[in-house]
Amino acid sequence: MPQNLNRYRHILDFALASLLRRRARNFSLFALYTLILFLLASLIFFVQAIKREASLTLVNAPELVVQRMIAGRHDLIPLEYAKKISEIRGVTSVVPRLWGYYYDPVFGANYTLLVPDSDQPQPGSIIIGAGVARNQRIKQGDLLTLQTASKTALLLTVQGIYPTDSEILSSDLMVMATDDFRTMFNFPLDKATDLAVTVANQREQATVAAKIAETFPDTRPILRGEMLRTYQNLFDWRGGMLVVMFGVALLAFVIFAWDKASGLSADERQEIGILKSIGWETSDVLLLKFWEGMVISLTAFLCGVLLAYCHVFFFSALLFQQALKGWSVLYPSFTLVPTVDLYQLTILFFLTVLPYTAATIIPSWLAATVPPDTAMRS
Amino acid sequence: MREFNSMTKSYFKHLPAMRLSTLYISFTIAAVVLSLLMVIHASYRQTAAQRKIQERADLVANLKLTDLCLFTEARYTRHPAMSDSFAPFQDYPGALEHFPSGSLVSPPMRNYATKP
Repeated sequence: MPQNLNRYRHILDFALASLLRRRARNFSLFALYTLILFLLASLIFFVQAIKREASLTLVNAPELVVQRMIAGRHDLIPLEYAKKISEIRGVTSVVPRLWGYYYDPVFGANYTLLVPDSDQPQPGSIIIGAGVARNQRIKQGDLLTLQTASKTALLLTVQGIYPTDSEILSSDLMVMATDDFRTMFNFPLDKATDLAVTVANQREQATVAAKIAETFPDTRPILRGEMLRTYQNLFDWRGGMLVVMFGVALLAFVIFAWDKASGLSADERQEIGILKSIGWETSDVLLLKFWEGMVISLTAFLCGVLLAYCHVFFFSALLFQQALKGWSVLYPSFTLVPTVDLYQLTILFFLTVLPYTAATIIPSWLAATVPPDTAMRS
Repeated sequence: MREFNSMTKSYFKHLPAMRLSTLYISFTIAAVVLSLLMVIHASYRQTAAQRKIQERADLVANLKLTDLCLFTEARYTRHPAMSDSFAPFQDYPGALEHFPSGSLVSPPMRNYATKP
């Protein structure tokens, strides 16, 4: 083995032995460090996977959705708007969307009721999401009772259940025929929830949206790009719970770094003094301290990231579930497709491993530059 | 050195005599290999899931969906892309957000905004 490499290995041996000498302190430091990195990496993996899912699936969302606003609230849109919008140059089609929410007083869950514009279920039948089936404990062919707006019961036969693979989109869906939907909510025949507009040229979407807003000042056009961007900004670091998590993790990390940077213990000073007096160079001492910091931080980083990957993609982010469920009764059960964002992991590495290692070296450098006898007496 | 040897013996007595650095380097290499396997696994799963993702994208197209079903507790967290930025607070003047998922969902990002 080359002599230089052998020197590094001896120093690494010494650093490891030194860490083991103060094993209780260093193991607790390592465990806490790993926990912080595990939480941060879990968040990164989870958020990136959701964002990827949104960007790949919602790419087929309506190009433009037109909502009507009254008194600052989303209101039903008259179908005559659809006719006028379809006359705008560049608009290929305008499809009225019928959808709404239904609160189930028995199970306490909220469902999304929806009418597709094609391939509708037969009147009297319904297709439900896997979450609804799980929540209501029903299967294909069973009868489902909903309470209409006029407080009468609407009996629907479960025609099908969306596969569990699509739960991230369809978990709470109840897809029904137009007639059933209108009966359900006493929905006016001349209105829709909103309008899905298709524009021939993608570049003209914003122009068409501007024209719609100009022609109908009481409407709000929402572009597909805006829908996708909403999900790219989901779980934003400024979000309440996330900022608390980041804050706690950052604070814990600052405490680590502060503990290290605020100075060495008397034992550590004495150790440096002894090493210097037996012939160690300042560079050797710094190398020793570098290895001590690196062993803890690099190992914690690798362990934290690997554990986070298993947590999010093999155990469906078990620790985050209570926060994600909130007060909802119906919680979609989905397995995320793994995504590893090397850019974000690199940032995490540079934000955690390097500052800690630097915080280990600086006080050691200060101690190593004083004469050995002074260091030993301090 | 004597101390180091005795420590090696006491901590790793079930293993053949091995330098601490050898153990550490082996562990680190194993962890780095696992990390690389993690990247490969993610890439493999992405390729394997392409058909399912396409099916989900088709479902979005067929039903004209606009949102993922992540939180069902409030309408503005069920359909964040369709909601207003002030939706959590519109129930009555001065209303406070009280759904946990409301703190995870950012307000919709409107590029072209004629209304809030």
